[in-house]
Amino acid sequence: MSATNELPGTAEREQPGPIHHKGPGPSESGWLDPRGRGHGGRALALHRITGLVIVAYLYLHLGVLSMLLIGPSAWSSFLSLVTAKSFLALEVVLIAAVLFHGLNGIRVAFVGSGIAVTRERTLFWAGTAIGTVAVIFAALHILGALS
Amino acid sequence: MSPDEHPPGGPAVTSTAQDDTRRFRVYRYKRGDGGERFEEFDVPVGPHTTVLDALRWIQRHRDPTLALRHSCLHASCGTCGMQVDGREELACVCSVQEHGSEITVEPLANLPVLTDLVVEMNGFFARFPHEHPIIRSSAATEDGHNGEVHLEGEHEVILDLPSPVPLYHHPLHHNHRAAPAAVDFVRLEDCIECGLCLSACPVAATSQEYVGPAALAAAERLLEEPRGVRREDVLAWADRPEGVWRCHVGLECTRACPADAIPAERIMALRRELTFGGPDDEEGKR
Repeated sequence: MSATNELPGTAEREQPGPIHHKGPGPSESGWLDPRGRGHGGRALALHRITGLVIVAYLYLHLGVLSMLLIGPSAWSSFLSLVTAKSFLALEVVLIAAVLFHGLNGIRVAFVGSGIAVTRERTLFWAGTAIGTVAVIFAALHILGALS
Repeated sequence: MSPDEHPPGGPAVTSTAQDDTRRFRVYRYKRGDGGERFEEFDVPVGPHTTVLDALRWIQRHRDPTLALRHSCLHASCGTCGMQVDGREELACVCSVQEHGSEITVEPLANLPVLTDLVVEMNGFFARFPHEHPIIRSSAATEDGHNGEVHLEGEHEVILDLPSPVPLYHHPLHHNHRAAPAAVDFVRLEDCIECGLCLSACPVAATSQEYVGPAALAAAERLLEEPRGVRREDVLAWADRPEGVWRCHVGLECTRACPADAIPAERIMALRRELTFGGPDDEEGKR
């Protein structure tokens, strides 16, 4: 033992070691991990995903509208493509994304401003029920079952 | 299984239960030991075996180098927090019977790992506001006496601290999960500072700057019972991008909290305080 009565390795132990995080650690995509999450965490993840889908659709929509600049023939041929059943099914997906984002956004606004904090679960399931009914109605209408 | 390797958590009731074995996938990390990995252990379990029982059984019978942190064994100290099958749990009260034949055990997320299942909690406590009060009253009666008795030498001393806010005055009172008769006061003293809320928070999973649910809930608690702390300081501490506004209402903190300290609701109360203002102060000003 040294003259200062220090145990061997004391100085080394006082040095901070490298910081190790499990897996990737906190990262920009950390919110995507669905393991162990409840309805709140999954709603947050889905809210962000649907937000990205809506933004992507906005740019796609602007691109489609720009086809009008080319002329009527280009627009007509494009219309024949988007009225196919498979393309219409994508519209149903888009409507589902918009409805989820909008309805969950209302829930988040109420909860986040401290107005309906204790009723957030009710708001979530109410929004889910309304959205599901609306998507089913829209799907039947768009795919021609109601016409 | 040798005779001394009986199932942890008490003897099994039936012979069928004695044969019950679960495979534990345990996260391992030792500094300078080649990085992180999972190791598998088959553990005999009984009807009352907890995850902590199983991990201690692994320490005794399979690998004494497995490091974990625990103390009270009854969900009071908050030291045995970890992720079990991806969900935040206190291992001491997490029954293996609620999980499948293979159980994955990992350290808490969003905090640095020291070794195996032990995380560095300094990063958790450092997030709290500096004015976090140390002395807290734990219960109060209607006459305002908090009724907490302790011994100083041979004398009984009743602490005469300011009473916490009565539940019926608190905005979270209505529709609170607990029955009013069982919970007389909403108290952040319920927080056992286990770090489960920070691990469960999807926003803390994206940013280390976010102060996290427990610290924000503690700040809201300070507004209720300042004990000499200036309200403006607490609100200024919370009113910043990495503070109360960084919460994205995932509400996983309240779901993960083993002590019903309802951190998400407290964060929202703090936001409401910042947005709409609180009660008038002594001078009649906001």
